[in-house]
Order: sequence, then C-alpha cells, then structure tokens
Amino acid sequence: MEKILSKQNDRRFDSDKIFKMGATLAGCFVLIVIVLLVFQLITQSYPIWEEEGLSFIVGTDWNAADGRESFGALPYIVGTLVTSTLAMIIGVPLSIGIAMFISDAPKKIGVPLGFLIELLAAVPSIIYGLWGMYVFRGFFLDMIEKPLHNTFGDSIWLFSGTPFGLDIFTASIILAVMIIPTVSSVAREVMKAVPQQQKEAAYMLGATKWEMFKLAIFPYSKTGLIGASILGLGRAVGETMAVTMLIGNATGINAIPESLFDPSQTMSSIIANEFIEASPAGLHLPALIGVALVLLCIAIVINVIAHLLVTRMLKVKEGSINT
Amino acid sequence: MNNLKKRQEYRSLFKQNVKKRLIIDKIVRIIIISCVIAAIIPLGSILAEVFKNGITAISIEFLTQTPGSVGSGTGGVGPAIQGTLIVVGLASLMGVPIGVFSGIFLSEFGDNRLGRSVRFFNDVFMEFPSIVLGIFAFLVIVLVLGHFSVWAGAFALALIMFPIIARTTEESLKMVPITYREAGMALGLRKWVVTMRIVIAAAKEGMITGIMLSVARIGGETAPLIMTILGSSLFFANMNTPMDALPLRIWRLSMLPYDSAQLQGWGAALVLIFIIMGINIGLRALVLHKKETMQILKILKETVGGRK
Repeated sequence: MEKILSKQNDRRFDSDKIFKMGATLAGCFVLIVIVLLVFQLITQSYPIWEEEGLSFIVGTDWNAADGRESFGALPYIVGTLVTSTLAMIIGVPLSIGIAMFISDAPKKIGVPLGFLIELLAAVPSIIYGLWGMYVFRGFFLDMIEKPLHNTFGDSIWLFSGTPFGLDIFTASIILAVMIIPTVSSVAREVMKAVPQQQKEAAYMLGATKWEMFKLAIFPYSKTGLIGASILGLGRAVGETMAVTMLIGNATGINAIPESLFDPSQTMSSIIANEFIEASPAGLHLPALIGVALVLLCIAIVINVIAHLLVTRMLKVKEGSINT
Repeated sequence: MNNLKKRQEYRSLFKQNVKKRLIIDKIVRIIIISCVIAAIIPLGSILAEVFKNGITAISIEFLTQTPGSVGSGTGGVGPAIQGTLIVVGLASLMGVPIGVFSGIFLSEFGDNRLGRSVRFFNDVFMEFPSIVLGIFAFLVIVLVLGHFSVWAGAFALALIMFPIIARTTEESLKMVPITYREAGMALGLRKWVVTMRIVIAAAKEGMITGIMLSVARIGGETAPLIMTILGSSLFFANMNTPMDALPLRIWRLSMLPYDSAQLQGWGAALVLIFIIMGINIGLRALVLHKKETMQILKILKETVGGRK
C-alpha cells in the first residue's frame, strides 16, 4: 500500500513538474524574445554605427546611392518627436475631456459612449491612413490649412509653409485621433480610482461639478493622468501606416519641418518606405535597422515611465490620499 | 443699520460669486461635450466613408479574383483575403498556446520575482512598435532563409498577439475563486489537471474574449507584413513565396494614382473593417452584460487599447 502511494506521488511529482516547467518556459518566452530582439538589432545595425558613429544620430543627410552612402537619422527623430508632441497637445485634452464626461455621465450614456470611443481603437491604422488621405486631407486643406496660411502665413512662422495637405499637421491630427481611445480609457480608470468620499467632500463644500473635478479628482489622479498621456505618446511614437501615408515622406535635411505645413518623415515611416528597397549588402539596411533600434529605445523608455506611473496610481487603495 | 447694509453687501457678493462659478461650470460642460463630439465625428466619418465608397466596389468577382492589371480597375482582392486568413490563422497557431501558457504561468506560478519581471516585460513588450517586431521577424527568418516567407509574417503577428493573450488569460484565471482549485486538490487531482480541466473551464469565456480581440488586432496590422510577406497578386502557392494580405493590398492600392484603384482600396477596406469590427462588436454585444468578461475588457482597455 505504502509503495503504491509513494509511486503515485512520484508520478504526480513528475507530471506537475513538467507542467510547471512548460508554463515557466512559455512565461520566459517574452524575456527571451526581448533579449534576442535587442541583440539582433544591435548586431545587424553594427556596420552603420561603425561607419557613422555618433553622426548617425546627429547627422541630417540621407543618401543611399552607391558610393555616396551617408546616413543621418536626426531628421526622422525630430519628425517623430514633433508629430507625437503635436498629437499629444491636441489629443490629450480631448481625451481627458472625454474621460471626464464618461466618468460623470449616467451609466446609460457612459457605457455605450465608452464603447464607441473604444471602437476608434479597433479601426486598423491602414484605414486611418486611407481615410486621412482621401477624405480628411481635402477637407482639412481647404477648411483649415489654407485659411490659417492666408491669415497668419506672413506673421507666424508656424503657418508659413505652403499648405499641401500631406504634412506634419495632418499627420499629427490623425495621430491625435488614434491616441484618444488609449488615453481616455486609462484616464477614465484612473479617475474611477478616486475614492467616492473625496468627491462627496468636494460637493459638500458647495463645489460645482467642475470645481469638484478641480478640487478632488485632478489632484488625486494627477500621476495617473500623466501616465495615461505618456502611454498615448508611446502609441504615437510607434505608429506607422497612417503617418507614412500622410506625412509627405521627405528625406534627409528636408525632413526637418520648418512649419506646420512642411512634409516630414518619422522613424517608423522611413522604415516602412525604404525597408524593402534596401539591399542587405550595403549600408542602407543597417541604417534602417539602426533607426529601428533608436525607435525601440525611445518607445521602451516612454512606455516604462508610463507603466510605472499608471500602475502606481491604480494600486492606490481606497481612502489613502495621494497628492 | 450698519449691520444690515453689510449683510446686503455680502449677499450680493455671494450672488456674484455663485453666478460666476455657475457660468464657468456651464462653459466647462460645453467644452467637454464638444470634446466627445470631436472624437465621435472621425469614427462616424471613417465608418460612413468606408461603407459608402466600399460598397460600390464589392461584388462576387471582387471578393474572389486576383487583381487585374494595374489601373484597369478589373479583378479583385481574392488573394488578399485568403492571405489574411492564412497568416492570421498561422499566427494564432503559434501565438495562442504561448500566450495561454504564459498566462497560466503568471497566474498559477507567477507570485515570485520571475513572475513579476515577466509580467512587467510582458506589458512593456505589448507596446513595442509593431514595425520593430516586423524587422525582427525579417532578420531571424527572411534573412536566414534568403526569401520572403509566410512563416515570417505569421511569426511577427504571433509576437504582437501573445502578450495580449498572456495578460487576459492571467486576469481570467485569477478571477476563478481559489476554492475551485482547493476543491480539485482535495480530490487528489494533480495541479495540471486542476488547472487545465477546472480552472480553464471556469475561465474560458474571458480567455476566448482576449484571444478574439487579439485576432482582431493583428488582422489590421500592416507594418510588420511589409518586410515579411511582402505582398503579391497571386493566390497562395507555398510557404516560401510572398503572399498578399488585405492591409498590404489596401496600401498598394492607395498609392496608385488611378480612381479605380482607389475605389478597390475602399472595397478592400470595407472587407477588412467588416471582419475586424464584426469580431469587436460581436464579442462586446455577447459579453457586455457579463461581469467577468467586462473585467477582461477593462484590463484590455488599460493595457491594449489599440494598435500601433
């Protein structure tokens, strides 16, 4: 009897061990992939770092012609940062407004509305691009860019370029729409995490709804809201297709925008545009992989910061005060 | 006398103050409502335009035939639809098991240092730009094999998919009460039997929701497919040749300077959005009233949100 039991125990021990090992392996898959990915990007882009050194990051010329190869990624880094920042400036206030509306609306309106906003996230990037190119661009060019250029073109440098529709302004607006679902749903969760007592206390002091937000919700959820915005920034930085179709695809020094109506290029769009044509033999492919490495580093830094801020906020237990 | 005057003065001050605050409150309310409208308009416009322009392109021929010669406006997107189904199916075959087991690890064995770091990196990996994952697939598969390959595309999409599934699986499993596990253990079942037969059975609804949403997500991915399956105008031949996919076809078509190509692009967009929105809306309509699955959607909102 004892023997049978111990035999059974042995078997149980074994199959469970295998199960646990399998699960652990699957769990570690993500770590392995990240390490391999970074390793691959570094080794495959090594030629360009060797050739250009630091001037790959601060250089502005981009020439893939044989014999005159020279690559500098600065214009695309600038393009990415400018478009994402513009998208944040437009998208974050909108998203926070939406989050305020939904968190405050009765369930009957709030739930379907939240659902609609999330549908914005379900629309594929390529369809944003298609819509932006054939619908939004025409409207935006005639209704907003041209009037702005005609009125302020001479006095404000921001509006001085000739509007064409395929420029950083259009791309940024589409990006802003694309980050709305991310930012607004995280902002909503963060606002929901504010204890009811805080809101009631504000109302009890005679606050209007806006004052309640100002007194109770914003101070309490500040960290989380900043985290939500940075999460949106992370999305905007990595976004590819819609931007590629709308940004005008300038290369080299031309890609550094001088006004809102200048065409530009982001890190992801230069990769999408040129990756297939790049030959693995020359420096073009390593250069594009180098751009991807820079993009990945920026995206990781942004997302880690956002992640830490948001989880810190959502972990705050009810009743504790965090200002 | 003096007292009365002062009181009146205070009263008028109070009234002024309240009036001003109420006006500000009204203005803020209007601003907030216009924010909501500003977000709904693009969604409505996108759906309306895709439907309006796409519906004229749709026909049996369009859905089943290969693209005609460039600019002729004949032919269809048959290979693209087939390609999307193949590459998404293959990606699911790779991504779902890894994602599910990774979720099991996080929920059942993840209460230690390794588990916490896996959870953290999983969340960070979820936000990696998809084009970088495409490059990774290009480097480790296409460059090694020496030709474009369906495997590379499926691998890149699986990489986008599995962290989403891992996260949703973890949350669904965690929602199964600990007593279920204890009851299983008390019957003398092994841990893996308890997990696979009891816990997963109880959590399957949330898991399926997560899997379907991740499928919808990768269905619309374009960037990682550019450098892995490249696009083609022929039907699927074998795993080692370029293949077409709907997002790639839309991109190609939208770059062509012909009205007919643009129209076909809208048609392809309608097919794509029909598949993706169908999964999204269908799932939400089915599970919206259930508490556990709502919880999953909430987590998805926080962590996934959308595409890159």
